[in-house]
Amino acid sequence: MTAVVDLMDYAEVVERYDPVLGLEVHVELSTKTKMFCGCPNLFGGEPNTHVCPTCLGLPGALPVVNGRAVESAIRIGLALNCEIAEWCRFARKNYFYPDMPKNFQTSQYDEPIAFNGHLDVVLDDGEVVRVDIERAHMEEDTGKSLHVGGATGRIHGAEHSLLDYNRAGVPLIEIVTKPIVGMGERAPEVARAYVAALRDLLRAMDVSDVRMDQGSLRCDANVSLMPKGTSEFGTRTETKNVNSLRSVERAVRYEMTRQAAVLASGGTVTQETRHFQEADGSTSAGRTKETAEDYRYFPEPDLVPIAPSREWVEELRATIPELPWERRKRIQAEWNLTDEELRDLVNTGAADLVAATVDAGAEPGEARSWWVQYLTQQANTRDVELADLAITPVHVARVIELVKSGELTNKLAREVVQGVLAGEGEPDEVVANRGLKVVSDDSALLTAVDEALAAQPDVAEKIRGGKVQAAGAIVGAVMKATKGQADAKRVRELILERVGA
Amino acid sequence: MSNISRDEVAHLAKLARLAVTEKELDVFAGQLDQILDAVAKVGEVAADDIPPTSHAVPLTNVFRADEIRPSLSQEQALSGAPAAEEGRFRVPRILGEEQ
Repeated sequence: MTAVVDLMDYAEVVERYDPVLGLEVHVELSTKTKMFCGCPNLFGGEPNTHVCPTCLGLPGALPVVNGRAVESAIRIGLALNCEIAEWCRFARKNYFYPDMPKNFQTSQYDEPIAFNGHLDVVLDDGEVVRVDIERAHMEEDTGKSLHVGGATGRIHGAEHSLLDYNRAGVPLIEIVTKPIVGMGERAPEVARAYVAALRDLLRAMDVSDVRMDQGSLRCDANVSLMPKGTSEFGTRTETKNVNSLRSVERAVRYEMTRQAAVLASGGTVTQETRHFQEADGSTSAGRTKETAEDYRYFPEPDLVPIAPSREWVEELRATIPELPWERRKRIQAEWNLTDEELRDLVNTGAADLVAATVDAGAEPGEARSWWVQYLTQQANTRDVELADLAITPVHVARVIELVKSGELTNKLAREVVQGVLAGEGEPDEVVANRGLKVVSDDSALLTAVDEALAAQPDVAEKIRGGKVQAAGAIVGAVMKATKGQADAKRVRELILERVGA
Repeated sequence: MSNISRDEVAHLAKLARLAVTEKELDVFAGQLDQILDAVAKVGEVAADDIPPTSHAVPLTNVFRADEIRPSLSQEQALSGAPAAEEGRFRVPRILGEEQ
């Protein structure tokens, strides 16, 4: 794996070859329970504590479909402009690998619930690219393996593996594009923009928490090249589990330069699964792909077909919220933003977050300021996407409300936000647990004021004598005593009142 | 007429992780042929207006409410496992099939 790999200069690649992309995105739904059983669908947890006979594949267990997950699948299909199947089934995808204790994955094969759609993707410079969607189907996630004894925690050289099935059976929607052609040098950017658009869409629909860092949104990138002037697709590779937007772009670009070098030297590209290496942005060979026949798909005998009535589909269509790009058009008009200002908001990933914060009751200027300034800084220091910060628009709106009502100062508000980002809970919980509320209770303040005056009788005397500016020293003492949680203006008023100045 | 080759039987056996002897390959190839022929007969009867039947019961849309039900404890989950470690199922080295 450390062998030197020939890469072709990117400019030469796009001069000589046309890239063809196919993107498969897996989305974990944020239902309360798993796809086929009532085990909780939660990230993490003690190993093998969110499992039952069904998701462990024990003999005699009977799966039952989670209705909510089917609803989400149909809604996702509709938002992607897909047709919804009148009738479809689940199928067993058979393979022997310990990540599925049943030795098959319950998936959909030739009868996906949604098909033939499209998603319009806006690139950084405003150009719109239409990505055609082949299908969106329902399936279940696999368990997590831990490889023991290998030098890098990888399967290579491992002595044995340990399996946690908490994630096995978590509802997944796999969204597959049709081949994306004609993108030329912009192919890597298109791949990134597509995944970003899909993520924003799914977030707006509230069907998944779309955390790429936690694997609730994962992208497999299929890449192939064909010599300029030809139209027959080349052999593709599939780079698995690319786990950030930036990595999607890098993985596609790397595969283009690698495959071009192979082809130019007269070699052939091997059809295989490849792994993305986060450290240097390269990909390395994995297993040679099994063909669909090798999975011996057959209709799942334990689950009856799904036949969504047209009435149900229309009911679900009515629940689809304002979509991110529609919302962007609206906020541009409402906030009087230039195209450039809007694009900046969108490119920093702030637009939808600001809009959602406004929807949650905050004033647009305040909402924009929090996301574009303080929170963007926080995202940068943590090296995560703005949207992946552990704070929601509803949290931010609440913080803004607390400042507005005078319960928090701006300084305290930032502390509250730090608490939320550190996973200490909702803003109100952080305020309560860290004791951050502005001391607005006059009697508590008066006690502090009296103590401060008593401690510094000479200052008190000066104030009484008309030197009002001397009150600053007392204000300072009170602020210190209340750990900065008092409203300085009110403290000053109370001091003057107390000394009768 | 279907015609399953020995090679196809060997490939299927490998996918299903079954150890099949050389002699059995011939036997199974013949038997599988017969089974496929029998199934193909049903296809002759079924006209285009007959929907595919994968289930014996005429039911669709059997759904469950999205409500949490008790899971097993870790101890219960691992109780049938031949080997466990750190609260996880322990499996032998996985060869040549990196996911």
